[in-house]
Amino acid sequence: MTQIAEPGERAAPGFAGTAAGRKPRTRRKFNIQSILGTTPMIATAIGVFVICIIFSIIWSFTSSKLFPNFNFVGLSQYERLWRTDRWIISVQNVFVYGVLSMIVGMVFGYLLAVFMDQRIRQEDLFRSIFLYPFAMSLVVTGLVWQWMFDPNLGIQSAVRQLGWTSFEFAPLVKQETALYGLVLGGLWNGVGVTMAIMLAGLRGVDAEIWKAAKVDGIPTWKTYLFIVLPMMKGAIATAFILSATGVVRVFDIVIAMTQGGPGVSTQMPAIYVIQHITDRANVGQGMAAATMMLVPVMVIISLQYLFQWNAKRKAART
Amino acid sequence: MTTEAISSRLPTGAIDTSGPRGPRPKSVTIGRIGVYAFLILSALFFLLPLWVMVVTSLKTMPEIREGHLFNWPALLTFDPWLKAWDTACTGRDCNGLKPGFWNSVKITALSVPVSIVIAMINGYALSFWRYKGSELLFGILIFGAFVPYQVVIYPLIIGMRELGLFATLPGIVIVHTIFGMPILTLLYRNFFASLPIELFKAGRVDGAGFWGIFFRIMLPMSVPITIVAVILQTTGIWNDFLFGTVFAGRENMPMTVQLNNIVTTTTGIREYNVNMAATILTAAVPLVVYFISGKWFVRGIAAGAVKG
Amino acid sequence: MKSVVSVVALVAAALLGSTAVRAADVEVIHWWTSGGEQAAVSVFAREFDALGGDKWVDTAIAGGENARSATLQRILGGDPPGAAQFNPGRQYEELIAGGMLLDLTDLANKEGWANFIRPASISEACLVDGHWWCVPVNIHSWNWAWASVPAFEKAGVELPTSFDDFLEKAPKLKEAGIIPFAIGGESWQINGAFGVIQTGLLGLDKREKIIKDKDLELAKAEMPAVFEKFRQFKQFSDEGSANRNWNDTTNLVVTDQAALQIMGDWARGEFGVAGEKAGVDYACLALPLDKPTVSTGGDIFLFPKQSDAAVEAAQLKMASMMVNPQVQALFNNAKGSMPIRDDVDMSLADDCMKRGLEIIKDPANIAVDAGRWQSNDTTGQMNDLVAQFWADDSMTAAAAAEQYVTILQNAD
Repeated sequence: MTQIAEPGERAAPGFAGTAAGRKPRTRRKFNIQSILGTTPMIATAIGVFVICIIFSIIWSFTSSKLFPNFNFVGLSQYERLWRTDRWIISVQNVFVYGVLSMIVGMVFGYLLAVFMDQRIRQEDLFRSIFLYPFAMSLVVTGLVWQWMFDPNLGIQSAVRQLGWTSFEFAPLVKQETALYGLVLGGLWNGVGVTMAIMLAGLRGVDAEIWKAAKVDGIPTWKTYLFIVLPMMKGAIATAFILSATGVVRVFDIVIAMTQGGPGVSTQMPAIYVIQHITDRANVGQGMAAATMMLVPVMVIISLQYLFQWNAKRKAART
Repeated sequence: MTTEAISSRLPTGAIDTSGPRGPRPKSVTIGRIGVYAFLILSALFFLLPLWVMVVTSLKTMPEIREGHLFNWPALLTFDPWLKAWDTACTGRDCNGLKPGFWNSVKITALSVPVSIVIAMINGYALSFWRYKGSELLFGILIFGAFVPYQVVIYPLIIGMRELGLFATLPGIVIVHTIFGMPILTLLYRNFFASLPIELFKAGRVDGAGFWGIFFRIMLPMSVPITIVAVILQTTGIWNDFLFGTVFAGRENMPMTVQLNNIVTTTTGIREYNVNMAATILTAAVPLVVYFISGKWFVRGIAAGAVKG
Repeated sequence: MKSVVSVVALVAAALLGSTAVRAADVEVIHWWTSGGEQAAVSVFAREFDALGGDKWVDTAIAGGENARSATLQRILGGDPPGAAQFNPGRQYEELIAGGMLLDLTDLANKEGWANFIRPASISEACLVDGHWWCVPVNIHSWNWAWASVPAFEKAGVELPTSFDDFLEKAPKLKEAGIIPFAIGGESWQINGAFGVIQTGLLGLDKREKIIKDKDLELAKAEMPAVFEKFRQFKQFSDEGSANRNWNDTTNLVVTDQAALQIMGDWARGEFGVAGEKAGVDYACLALPLDKPTVSTGGDIFLFPKQSDAAVEAAQLKMASMMVNPQVQALFNNAKGSMPIRDDVDMSLADDCMKRGLEIIKDPANIAVDAGRWQSNDTTGQMNDLVAQFWADDSMTAAAAAEQYVTILQNAD
């Protein structure tokens, strides 16, 4: 039997687990060794993340300045937060940046993977070229792209020196375009990994599928788009999580490329949080912003659990 | 489920995950030209910044001020490289990047194995030995992957102080283990989940317990995904600046702190050629790791990270 | 040589049978990582090591924000450094309130710091409620403009005599193909220039009433004009200013491509390196032009409390060393900043610094650094506003002034 006939085996994607397919391996039996073995995980999840998040939320209701304290001031940190232009711009920016860099990253990554999958020569070389930027830190990425985009040093001046004197390409100079410059820098850094994950996903698709598609006379591009792509949920989910964590935390690359400017046009929530809990010495305000950042993540993960729980309940009934 | 199905799901060997799947090329067609054109254009996009970094690091400062970002240096010089490695000042000490290099090696060499072994056990337990609440813990971990690091820093500093581990080598190893855990655990969990349950059952029939199955069956099978984990962790830890400055302690300051001292200045003077040389030198270790292991990176991901 | 000194010191201590403590390492966190800065910090380190057995242990972390954060986090983690650099102002007020700093009062009274540290506002940054909590080491003034003499000549105009005069001449400079107003688009550069223009338009008294006393009515009345004037300056800046470093910007003035830059006194070094002569190739204009002032930025060192008595003794020695007149002369000549006392030999200083040293003598010329009155939080909000106003031409001066007043109103 091939996997085509058993969609349940492969359909389980993502991070928070699965529905029917995984059922047999779940052993709810109490196992002391398993708990012992995962002590570090328990300590990290409870001792670090849960406690930190609880404290962050508590401190967001206080007037904490340089160091955290417990002088409660109600919702005033949140009121100030949502009154601040810079924060609202930051939230819009991370949304635009996230959607753009994730969609373009996925599409570009998948395209690269598909083209890499065409029995090309020098696959190793191409793969290394696409992957190497990920080895560079985001600070370095930002510095290099800031140079490339510099109107007097970078691409614009190079093209003008070739004779095309009206050529304009300096996205970081203008408020309206700076964010897209950031997206491009971020893509340069991260697309290679998306490509690698997608390529791995492609290679994991059963050869039988290709044969069957051939027999049915389906064009190659259609096979890639409508048959193979939907089978790569695992790859897509992994690539999605990797890039999503990068988007929510986006910080280094912005500092290196634009420092949030021109003006405040490329500010991001993580920068707001970090500046307030460090140099601006307003931990309360920073924690309020951090709490707001965590809300959407919390909602998505809870939804995931809800679906899972629902699916389990249904599975139990049948 | 048949044995055929089992074997086809084995990550190593059984599925040929190394070869391309696309249609076999017949001859030079317009399509082929298009494929290569796309790949080569993309490659240019990825290589251009590296080119700029390399040629800039080989130029003299007057030449850099003239512009011509993409040109090969008119006057080739290797002094910026020597300076970056050996004599650039990072504060009072003028020993370049070299002292920090060994600190980074030390931190990375300790943190990578520790964080990976722990994540491996997590993934294994989450796939085969779930207990009440284990999935919730995992959910919390994934949630932690989205928390900006600085938010966690204050409680972590206090915790480390209480444990007496603040500003020590074990301290920084623990911190890297904590922050590497979400993504690594996700990788291993997905990997082990893609292994056939029959493997596990066979181990149980042989009377092996939690650790027996882990060491005898699972550990040897997890080589491909471990390569992925090693690559991701080496890159992340090598490039870390924030945790290094706070948790490593003065004697263990990593190379990135010195890189930052060379590159960042507000009211000082910038030497772009030295900056670029320092940047490439700092990125050298992860770059080498990528160029050597790129092939296994894709295979490793194919072996598990992309499956449900 | 050094070891001989320390051996002598140890022997002397032993012979005297005093309570002399053993030698200690004092770790110093600072953000002086570039060439001239590194030479300056080396003066401190050398002089401290030469005092005897104690040792300066150097921890440089580039970027003031990074270095200050590291200090605070190290204090929180129970591993405080022996000394740490900060800017004078309110950055460390919670450290004082929390009792985390070494009290330097006895030493300061013995040496009479209050008598020789000038201007008084420099001491006030460290002297809180009658106690000394830190050591000011230098003064950097923002209130300077750097002009290219050839650029003005090329456009056929004289050097400016006031802000308005400059704005009148700016179109002529532009016609001559010169960037009239050179500025880098980084937030700190924009805000620095804004602060100087604000000082110029308001005068010291009104400035103090607004920033220190938070006089909202006055701010409402005066600030729109300040923002308006600032926008006029922007009209004469160039396209490439976004993200440009301060020294690349200064380089435009050095190479006569730009006419004028408002920048702190550290810019002087760039002209020196390029071999330019003050008065011939470039001019340093103390601002405001009609009544020159010096702003009191700069650096201080504070000394976090230690559990080890030996380190504490060494900390006090270091504090004393930093205000020593010979050390002050060596340090400030290397750093290119003004010393915190008058009885210092600055004969090596260039003409621009000598001008600054003249101005600083009269307390009426001191523009106290805004960071002394405002928390970093408030300053940060104002910086965001000014940067946004600079970049966004659709924001009116009235709207910006209104936000400025709101920030002032909520300032702590």
